[in-house]
Amino acid sequence: MLLLTADGFRVLDDGLSPPPDRRAVVSAEPASPSEQADHRRAAWMAAAQAGDRRAYERVLADSVALVRSVARRQGVPVDALDDVVQETLLTVHRVRHTYDPSRSYDAWLAAIAARRAIDALRSHGRRDRREVHDELALDQHAGRDDASAESERTQQAQRLRQAIAGLPPGQRQAVEQLGLQEQSLAEAAAATGRNAGALKVNLHRALKALRGRLHGEP
Amino acid sequence: MSSDPRHQALIDALGAELSPVRRLPPPWLRTLGWLLAVAVLAALLLMHYGAGLMLRRWAGAPDLGWAAAGAVLTTVCAAWAAFVLGVPGRSRAWAWLPLPGALLWIGASGLGCLRTWLAPDTSIATMHQSADCLVFIVSFSIPLSALMVWLLRRACPLRPVLTALLVGLASAAASASLLEICHSFDAAATDLLTHALAVGIVVAANAAMGGRLLSRH
Repeated sequence: MLLLTADGFRVLDDGLSPPPDRRAVVSAEPASPSEQADHRRAAWMAAAQAGDRRAYERVLADSVALVRSVARRQGVPVDALDDVVQETLLTVHRVRHTYDPSRSYDAWLAAIAARRAIDALRSHGRRDRREVHDELALDQHAGRDDASAESERTQQAQRLRQAIAGLPPGQRQAVEQLGLQEQSLAEAAAATGRNAGALKVNLHRALKALRGRLHGEP
Repeated sequence: MSSDPRHQALIDALGAELSPVRRLPPPWLRTLGWLLAVAVLAALLLMHYGAGLMLRRWAGAPDLGWAAAGAVLTTVCAAWAAFVLGVPGRSRAWAWLPLPGALLWIGASGLGCLRTWLAPDTSIATMHQSADCLVFIVSFSIPLSALMVWLLRRACPLRPVLTALLVGLASAAASASLLEICHSFDAAATDLLTHALAVGIVVAANAAMGGRLLSRH
């Protein structure tokens, strides 16, 4: 059912429904207080655009309920509502310069929230489908792929180890210290007695040589 | 304050990194900015070819003048609609704005085509010359589309495919308008078909690529 809903949304590009009327968004409130609240949020957002942190935090906190209500109406399941809220707040932060204070803040926010709600429905749809496929794959090819992938990984690791062992001592040391043991340049320099510049050059040469060897092998 | 601690933490973090932003200019102003680029191209073409050829064609066949007016109107309306749709919360109905201009453009071009059948001694473009039109429209549309996509990426087009479609229409109509300056043929079926093909290519390419280019938000 969820999948159908998500597909339905996908077909319409974005058949994003027109931005909901702000009175519909806060349907529990009578029109006038809702408009007043919208004006208040518009003023906060305008102040936030100028860098007023307090106004910004207020308008974002005030937006949470609106976003949840838009997402609920788009059909987002309850357990995904908070994700939509978070994504919407992040988008609002990125695109806050696009808000025009002479227009409704709620309509602007509702359009962004509706978009993020559709994204959430799509990713839910994709995840559901993938999970079904994985189950089928497990039934039909149990164990086989795992075993072959595991053996391939082992072979790759073996080839890499051999290639590293075949490197000149300076380069091998650089790969072992910086790449495998994940030491910082300073730590590796102290451990090997070489300076950081030499270690970097050696690592660079070693990676180049390894790339050549691994790609050159059948 | 938000009741959910997760949201409150995010709001605090976003508040901490708040910096003043330069507000996006209104869509009509951004449309004018893009049209300025088209006007510069038109001025360059007029300097090179002069207006005589274009005016003589229009005097000889007024429907070509109407088609050109339709193309210009489509350019302005499609660009304006694209910039309006780049702002969240604006109605999708804006996408219909270029329709009257496009109808005039297509209708007048079609009339010209019909007239060629009625008066067959007019100068008709060969396939080779028509191909030049296609190359002209497509190659002028590429930089014009790129400029508009770049401008729109600073906005937040929540319907990327629809917006990209309008970008394609605006660029193709602008290129067809520019072509009027140096176009020496009457509207024959082959020519009209090539123009339609060129516009189709530009619009489709924008819808296919622009959707991705514009959907980063």
